[in-house]
Amino acid sequence: MNARDDILARLGRNLPACPPLPEIPLFDSSSFDLEGTFLENLARMGGEFVELPPHGTQAWIREKFPGATVICSATPEVAGNRPLESIRDPRELEDVDVGVVRARFGVAETGSVWLSEAEFKVDALGFLSQHLVVLLDMGKLVPNLHHAYRDSGFHEARYAVLMTGPTATADIEGILVRGAQGIRSLTVVGC
Amino acid sequence: MKRIDHAEASSRFIAAKEHVEFHDRRLWDLRQKRDREAFRIPEWEELRTLASTIKEHTLARLPDYLAQFERNATANGMRVHWARDAAEHNQIVHDLLSAHGARTLVKSKSMLTDECEMRPFLETRGIEIVETDLGERIQQLDGEPPSHIVVPAVHKLRTDVARVFARTLGTDPKNSDVSYLAESQRRHTRPYYLKAEAGMTGANFAVAETGSFVVCTNEGNADLSANLPKLHIASIGIEKMIPRIADLGVFIRLLSRSALGSPITQITSHWRAPRPGSEIHVVLVDNGRSERLGMRDFWYSLKCIRCGACMNTCPVYRRSGGLSYGATYSGPIGVIIDPAFNLRKYSALPFASTLNGSCSNVCPVKINIHEQIYKWRQIINERNQLPIVKKEAMRMAGKVLSSPKLYRAAVKAANAGLEYLPRSMIYNPFNAWGRQRDLPKATSTTFRDWYVKHRSAKK
Repeated sequence: MNARDDILARLGRNLPACPPLPEIPLFDSSSFDLEGTFLENLARMGGEFVELPPHGTQAWIREKFPGATVICSATPEVAGNRPLESIRDPRELEDVDVGVVRARFGVAETGSVWLSEAEFKVDALGFLSQHLVVLLDMGKLVPNLHHAYRDSGFHEARYAVLMTGPTATADIEGILVRGAQGIRSLTVVGC
Repeated sequence: MKRIDHAEASSRFIAAKEHVEFHDRRLWDLRQKRDREAFRIPEWEELRTLASTIKEHTLARLPDYLAQFERNATANGMRVHWARDAAEHNQIVHDLLSAHGARTLVKSKSMLTDECEMRPFLETRGIEIVETDLGERIQQLDGEPPSHIVVPAVHKLRTDVARVFARTLGTDPKNSDVSYLAESQRRHTRPYYLKAEAGMTGANFAVAETGSFVVCTNEGNADLSANLPKLHIASIGIEKMIPRIADLGVFIRLLSRSALGSPITQITSHWRAPRPGSEIHVVLVDNGRSERLGMRDFWYSLKCIRCGACMNTCPVYRRSGGLSYGATYSGPIGVIIDPAFNLRKYSALPFASTLNGSCSNVCPVKINIHEQIYKWRQIINERNQLPIVKKEAMRMAGKVLSSPKLYRAAVKAANAGLEYLPRSMIYNPFNAWGRQRDLPKATSTTFRDWYVKHRSAKK
């Protein structure tokens, strides 16, 4: 017997009694401040937030990251200087200083933003970039993860990520270091 | 196979006083952070019940869900492999690497690959393996296994890490600044992401409905390992299955809150299909799990989502360190999993517990950990796996405790003994309890003397 059939047969002989699969409630609460909760949790997870800058996101990025030489944008609202369409191998993004994406939606409970291959254009953009700027329509917040997981994107995207603040580690003495191996900062631009 | 002597191994850990104090404090801090996060959510207990029921349901229908996962993953363009045991798993991984001409593998943390002892297997076959999780990398460079399933190097102080990195990465041995050490590892690891021909991750969950799998990390290392090379291998224990995407709402809400006391991991990634021009291979691993499912008292341990909350709350784990368990899985969850792998080797572990039940109380999937610990003790006794000293002590205690007369005589004798016997006779090698503690001072009257006197006075 091959390994697959062997494992399935062994499991089949050992099955315990089966409780029914429960329905998952949405756990909505009546008075919920979507935006306030999102901002609070984004800050707790080390993310930053700015409202749509009056002089435009493009100019704001230049001010925020004055030393940035390579800016790579996956959203038409911001022009970068490294077109993603020309990328053949994700490793070509190795020198990106600032990546710019637009999230599909945000999750208030955790301060997360939802991104997939459609938003990244090249998946590695969210990880090889030193800094990530995420445009987010604040009208597209869901209260919690139960709502988030009702989104059809999880059934359609080949790669979907809930990103929450910058990468971080506390593996040495529990001291929190923001900017572990991926992005060093994550800024949500509300617009 | 040598029996693991947990008490002896932990005595070495305890000897380094500042390490024990830090370890205890750090893990208790994680426990308190977990509490604060849990208390923010009114439906916390309901979530635990849901998580437990979903897992029990899935395990009871595991063949169906595994087949559904395989069907969907395959339809999405992933390749699914099956491994009966560690040897088959390691062979499959090696064959895949060979077929792709891969010499370097960047991998994120996976307890399963540690369980399979994959690293030495591949290294002797010429594959260079780079652990990319900071804690796991520290342990790899130091030639030690991880001591905790979530924070692998939690038993080390920053000065220890500085020494390891100075020796292996060439950092400044005098600089133990944590940011400096983390940044050094970042810079050291990055070129490997860019040159590795293959990347590897584990998985926290595999979803039957979509054929996707989920990896929860904070450092960004899993996504760098998976999204740059053309080959992504994911090793997944068969118990990681859950039926639906909607179930993730329950588990993701519980996981990082229980593990680290944060509302979610910084990165929660869902792979459903490979990106164009690349391959994803899933290796589904049994390695004793199908057998454990048939163990009436112990199959519940398969519900585990590897958050480590039971370890952080356990007074024995916090003061003995993960390495003293001599197994991939340490702490309370290890105590109930390890004997199922090898009863003789791990027969001492179920005694590394006070049975206080705290582990069961914090478990996000409601595994009855302390009850299982007690049941393992019974089995170990029945199968004659108890050391002779413990066995004799228990036999005598059983005799004395079941006879009121003998018990009273023993209490009197013991009290007198404590008062008059020289220290060397009480704190002898057979008194394991007295090794780190003084026995309490004996009172002049026993409870029974007091009770008899009082009752007769009232009458």
